[in-house]
Amino acid sequence: MLSFVSECHAIADVELRKLIRDPTELLSRAIQPVLWLAVFGQVLSHVRGIDTGKAGYLAFMTPGILAQSVLFSAIFYGIAVIWERDLGIVHKLLVSPASRWSLVCGKAVAADFRGLVQAVVIYAIAYVLHVSIRWQLVAIVEVLLVVALGSGIFSTFSLIIACIVKTRERFMGIGQVLTMPLFFASSAIYPLSIMPPWLRVVATLNPLTYLVDALRGLMVHDEQSMYGLEFDCGVLILVFVALLAIAVRLYPKLVQ
Amino acid sequence: MMDADNAIDVQGLTMKFGRLTAVDHIDVQVPYGIIFGLLGANGAGKSSTIKMLTTLLKPTSGSARVAGYDIASAPHEVRRRIGYVPQMLSADGALTGYENLLLSARLYSVPSVERCARIEAALDFMGLVDSAHRLVKTYSGGMVRRLELAQAMLHKPAVLFLDEPTIGLDPVARHAVWKYLNDLNREFRMTILLTTHDMEEADHLCADVAILHAGKIAIHGTPAELKAKIGALATLDDVFAQFSGAMGDAGRLRDTADARRVARRLG
Repeated sequence: MLSFVSECHAIADVELRKLIRDPTELLSRAIQPVLWLAVFGQVLSHVRGIDTGKAGYLAFMTPGILAQSVLFSAIFYGIAVIWERDLGIVHKLLVSPASRWSLVCGKAVAADFRGLVQAVVIYAIAYVLHVSIRWQLVAIVEVLLVVALGSGIFSTFSLIIACIVKTRERFMGIGQVLTMPLFFASSAIYPLSIMPPWLRVVATLNPLTYLVDALRGLMVHDEQSMYGLEFDCGVLILVFVALLAIAVRLYPKLVQ
Repeated sequence: MMDADNAIDVQGLTMKFGRLTAVDHIDVQVPYGIIFGLLGANGAGKSSTIKMLTTLLKPTSGSARVAGYDIASAPHEVRRRIGYVPQMLSADGALTGYENLLLSARLYSVPSVERCARIEAALDFMGLVDSAHRLVKTYSGGMVRRLELAQAMLHKPAVLFLDEPTIGLDPVARHAVWKYLNDLNREFRMTILLTTHDMEEADHLCADVAILHAGKIAIHGTPAELKAKIGALATLDDVFAQFSGAMGDAGRLRDTADARRVARRLG
């Protein structure tokens, strides 16, 4: 167990150093949520076409956009892994005695940093736009924990795709194909209740829906989680563990 | 008993990818403490062999023991006792040399009290002390390779695997890598297995070589023995051409060696 923690820490520490040294990607990722909230959200909240309860549309979509940012910043993580494979870094990691679980979990923890930065960005935008955010410390810490879980899920999912497609070109194609459906087939920017039945079925199978739901209950005044925080977190943890188990099996195949 | 003498003991090792047989029932024994060269043209099966021996690839059939442990049934024990330098320059360019070493030290569970001292020693051994805190992307190819050797020696492996260690390096850097490999072998009695298609490299470094051709070991022996088989003035290049399938007709090579001898006599 001790070695698991220290190996995870070794992998995550490396990623954090790189991120601090070159934060360009983090900064460019911050642009998209600004557009969604400050432009799309501001405009749509005046339309009042979608019934999202008394908190208003902007408050409704803020957790959705946070979840989207988490998804988008994690889903292309696999590209970096393919790049590392091409450089021989993955070979060296796999020849080391570190457990495969540590290597894969270390990657997920590293992706968490990106997700957490996105959360800080969203909080800042929400503050500027006067969204009715719950500013209690406990609520914020809970949001960050859920964000970390979401980042872990989508980065591990991305790692699995990388292990299957194995080249950057194919990955870019698949990544593009996956992100928008995952985003639109979730409750990120409209409630499940107004979806056509088939889409609602897809949305209930989409982990992003549970991420949004958990965040919505925790982050915004007068909003509550539809399924309940425990249920959402339960689903997310199950999905995460299942994805980790698959990634642990597939990661060594990347170098074969 | 065999394990006591051999760092690597390969029996009938085979790797098939679909219908392609990349490695075909090879048997090799590498005694502790020597530098062993696995030679062969591109596609001869060198990389697949090294991947199997370093536990990256599961053999289709056959077995191998590395540092006394079976690669299939005890891969974790094997990994703790080996070092590996892949063909690509694989140190992380976005990190400093020191950080790369720190990562290796942590993954190999070098105790934290010893970590700094071992990293300093490895940097010193490889002549990288002055550039330890520079980003690796500013390093030359030769420096990156030396850093990788430093990474691979941190946990004092019994067997070090190198896949084409000097490919793409300029002659000065190449000779430097040879010197360091010899030093590692002599000072730490580290067994080294390297793949190469550079005959000068094999001649300079290896006590023992095996030439792979189409997944099989075409010939195995000391460089001197192999050269003797072709003729008095043969070089390892000639041996390689003879046994690596680079030249189909066996007779022609002997003719070349003879012609060369005549030419030399005539001045």
